[in-house]
Amino acid sequence: MSLQDLRARAEALGHALPPLLAEAERLAQAVVWGEHGRRRAGRGDDFWQYRAAHAGDEYRSIDWRHSARSDGAYVREKEWQSAQRVTLWVDPGASMSFAGQGRAPKSDRARLLALALAVLLLRGGEQVGLAGAERPRAGKGQMLRLIERLSLDLSDADYGAPLPGSFSAQGRAVFLSDFLGDLAPLQAALSEASAQGVRGLLVQVLDPAEEDFPFSGRTVFTSMGGSLTHETQSAGDLRDRYLARLAERKARLADLARAAGWQFLSHHTGDAAQSALLWAYRGLEGR
Amino acid sequence: MIGFASPLILLALVAVPVLWFLLRAIPPAPIKRRFPGVALMLGLVDEDRQAARTPWWLLALRMLAVTAAILGFAGPILNPQETALTRTPLLVLLDGGWAEAPDWPQRLAKAQSLVEGAGRLGRPVAVAVLADAPQAITFQAADQVQGRISGLTPRPWLPQFMPWVAALPEGEFDTAWVSDGLSHEGRPVLAVALQGRGALTVLTGTAPVVALLPATTESGKLKVAALRHPVGEGPQTLIARGPDPSGQDRDLARETLNFAGGKAEALLDLPPELRNRVTRLVIEGAGSAGAVALAGDSFKRRKIALVSDAAEGEGLQLLAPLHYLRQALAPSADLIEGAVADVVPAKPDVIVLADVATLPGAEAEALKAWVEKGGLLLRFAGPRMAAADMGDDPLMPVRLRAGGLTSGGAMSWGAPKGLADFPDSSPFRGLALPTEMTVKTQVLAEPDPDLPDRTLAALDDGTPLVTRKTLGLGQVVLFHVTANAEWSDLALTGLFVQMLERLAVSASGGAAPGSLIGLTWTPKRLMDGFGTLRDAGGLAGVPGATLARAVRGGTFAEAPPGLYESETRVVAINAVPEGFIMAEAGWPEGVTRGDLSLPQERALKGPLLALALALMAVDILATLQVSGRLARAAVLLLALALPHDARADDERAIAATQGVVLAHVLTGDATVDDTAQAGLQGLSDELMYRTAVEPLAPMGVDIETDELAFFPFLYWPVTADAPVPSAEAFAKLNRYLRTGGMILFDTRDAEYGPNSPEAEALRRIASGLDIPPLEPIPEDHVLTRTFYLLQTFPGRFSEATLWVEAAPPDAALAEGMPFRNLNDGVTPVVIGANDYASAWAVDGDGLPLLPVGRGMAGEEQREYAYRFGINLIMHVLTGNYKSDQVHVPALLERLGE
Repeated sequence: MSLQDLRARAEALGHALPPLLAEAERLAQAVVWGEHGRRRAGRGDDFWQYRAAHAGDEYRSIDWRHSARSDGAYVREKEWQSAQRVTLWVDPGASMSFAGQGRAPKSDRARLLALALAVLLLRGGEQVGLAGAERPRAGKGQMLRLIERLSLDLSDADYGAPLPGSFSAQGRAVFLSDFLGDLAPLQAALSEASAQGVRGLLVQVLDPAEEDFPFSGRTVFTSMGGSLTHETQSAGDLRDRYLARLAERKARLADLARAAGWQFLSHHTGDAAQSALLWAYRGLEGR
Repeated sequence: MIGFASPLILLALVAVPVLWFLLRAIPPAPIKRRFPGVALMLGLVDEDRQAARTPWWLLALRMLAVTAAILGFAGPILNPQETALTRTPLLVLLDGGWAEAPDWPQRLAKAQSLVEGAGRLGRPVAVAVLADAPQAITFQAADQVQGRISGLTPRPWLPQFMPWVAALPEGEFDTAWVSDGLSHEGRPVLAVALQGRGALTVLTGTAPVVALLPATTESGKLKVAALRHPVGEGPQTLIARGPDPSGQDRDLARETLNFAGGKAEALLDLPPELRNRVTRLVIEGAGSAGAVALAGDSFKRRKIALVSDAAEGEGLQLLAPLHYLRQALAPSADLIEGAVADVVPAKPDVIVLADVATLPGAEAEALKAWVEKGGLLLRFAGPRMAAADMGDDPLMPVRLRAGGLTSGGAMSWGAPKGLADFPDSSPFRGLALPTEMTVKTQVLAEPDPDLPDRTLAALDDGTPLVTRKTLGLGQVVLFHVTANAEWSDLALTGLFVQMLERLAVSASGGAAPGSLIGLTWTPKRLMDGFGTLRDAGGLAGVPGATLARAVRGGTFAEAPPGLYESETRVVAINAVPEGFIMAEAGWPEGVTRGDLSLPQERALKGPLLALALALMAVDILATLQVSGRLARAAVLLLALALPHDARADDERAIAATQGVVLAHVLTGDATVDDTAQAGLQGLSDELMYRTAVEPLAPMGVDIETDELAFFPFLYWPVTADAPVPSAEAFAKLNRYLRTGGMILFDTRDAEYGPNSPEAEALRRIASGLDIPPLEPIPEDHVLTRTFYLLQTFPGRFSEATLWVEAAPPDAALAEGMPFRNLNDGVTPVVIGANDYASAWAVDGDGLPLLPVGRGMAGEEQREYAYRFGINLIMHVLTGNYKSDQVHVPALLERLGE
């Protein structure tokens, strides 16, 4: 590799990073930041609820000021707050490189969402990692590492799958993929995750073209990696059945997610990233 | 060998391999798409399976179709005709005489194909018919000549070659001579002249030429001789044709001609009645003027009555007044002898009175009447006539001076007289005068202003010898001499026979040239080359000399064969002259011989294009098959072809037969149809309320398509533009009326009277219906009392007359009843104009739909309209039951006994 070439690639890489980060930051800005409460009583700073004191409560835990208003003694409970370990997995499969007409590839949207989520989470003091690449850590430095990792080229394999054993137990996980490949690895990963108490989100990033199937005529369809081909005389006739299968796949994903206690969202690159980010963030915040 | 009319189109065959690639590329090359969703598509099968590649056999089929189409449009011709590639002009000659008529179409086709062949080579062509008068020959493009060929017809004479020798065009040209193959005068000369200009090809046919020589009569039989060339084998049939008693032209007799050495003779022995009707003799199937022998007068055997006062047997035979006449006439005529009273009823053509002076009054009257109807009375003088005082006898052409004139005898001064030249107006004109003939004695005519006109022949000194006058349609001719040799030599000369012939007293076989000369003959019916006689129209007369030439040497353009007329004589000029000889034509050395067989030139364009179309049709099926749509297309076609579901009809039939259903004929006018429906609904309601009849909902019927048999009653509102029903509908309606149905026609036009457009429409419709005579409803019609007693039959109008079937004229007043005894009088049609349906019509709530009249009077009118409707339906359903009640008293009486 010549120096020139190396440099060009480096420049391209350098150029890619700041915009991606900038956009992720901008996206994250839009999310109104709140305390990262767990919505249940626990260690934390925020008031959660008053409850009647019962045997076993320490005296010091009684909120006297509140108790003084009535006859009973009340304990002031605070919302449980803790740093979460969130593992992101962005599908590195070649299928994510698909881009419909005039749109960015799906991988861009997936990375953007992942980074924006990371920005939000890191800012919230959570630990964010990348499945199989970076273990969850907090801090700004982690941000750069994440960017570095996410900027890597996609793999040659058509469809990626999360590697087993890449989650932190009791942590959270976000899978960003088109989930068009074989579902077995995903299923395995989900069952492993639920065994480890990991909850999370499945975000399916699809191009509108994949939803609309705007094709007709005699067509040979090839997967992005070229491993799969399908030839049809009349693509238009396939549309309905393809859409049925897609709906079935989504339903299956939703089922898988529900079974594992996860949540599922189908996101299109044609839509604004904001809504998906908001959904993901809420999804991580909840429960 | 195959030639092409437009070979350049064959260049398109180069495109066929290109087509191979084009067709192979169908279906179009697939678009390649990268698409992650392909994982979801795995295993999906195309619903419309198309072959990825056109099967080779389908491809071959299509290429074959295209090739066939290209070859077809190139105009391939199997066995094209041209042999030598030359640009020399081609002269196509046709003999064009009657000898070519039998296979004329073949000859024309040959000429046509010669011209076409020349046209393909771009040779200038000329066509000439040698039987025509020579004319300048100009060579033209083939397509200009082609159109003319089919219009050529053979002439009823034989070609004349000598004049054409001089008419041949300058320069070099080849000749194709379509010839009859017979030797005619001058043929070798013309052939040599043609050879001097270029190659000469002679094309002769194989069909034998048959010539029928003029028929002669021989002792009462028709003698016919026929020639045939080439000699050939087998007999041919001779047909004698003429009008049958009803005037229809038909075969009167048939005779077989057995040819031996190219000749055949036949004797036709026909009864005189039949023979007199023969107008021509024809050789069956020959179809040429040469195979027709026209009869003219010649076959006619006249009935001639000979009457003489002289008692037979008294004198010597040779002195008998009738002896020479008998001899002259017997070969060609049927002779009757007897008294005038006996012969006139036999309706002879000619009555000869030999030396009969005066006739009794009754006989004279009968004879005169016979002459006036067209008879020819031929009188000869004699001693009795000379002795008698003839006076002003109407049966004499001239008045005679009493006593005869004798000259040249011992007691006379002068020498016997000879004959003078015949006057121009005489029918004898042109006859040769015998030099030795003398007249010794004759009767003399009184001088008279008419005498010169009446004189047909005179002696040297101008005394008339033969005089004639017309009487009515007939004529009276007097020979001023005796019929025997007593007074003159006339009866001994050939002139006597010729004179009799010219007077149409006798006719020898055929038209002797001598008997023609000097007269002008008007063509009456002329024969064309195929032997068909046609009216000559107003053609100018032909001099006898010309005809005589035709009789001697065969017909020519100025004297075509046919029937010619002069005075009362009709001569037949035949295409074949007496003594005609048919011989093989001699051709000079170096002539190419050929026949008329056309080269089996077949244009393959049609079959090839048909093949291309058929292949394309197969291609459609095959394409459907390949794409798996054949079954679907077949089902679709079947569905289209199958008649519509009969279930709807069945449902309708069931609904119509559940009970009594009143029906109205659908007119196509929505307002009228709705009113009719509402009207019948109203009537049905009223019937339900008031009577035991409980009709179901009324129905509209289409008389063209619906079954009528279910309905006892049809209400037919007639619109002005009502179409006339089809023949099938008429048949159906008539069947309906015959089998007891009733139709109430309502023209709804009482306000406009009987000539409204609706009434016109009704007349149109009724013209096809089997309707009995009608009459305005009589007071005692059963309709007036089937349920209500009625005398008015109003609808919305009340003026119009109601018409019903007329009562039989013999209907008598029933005993003790105020009406006539009318049984079995169910009228099949009732015709009114009072717009009944509108009066009956009710809306959905049973309220009247349309106003009738005004106020209470109107309501009363509506009530009467309902009553009429009820009476009508009662009449329909119970028939003449009320009429039968006439018999109740009688029945009761009989029961009481």
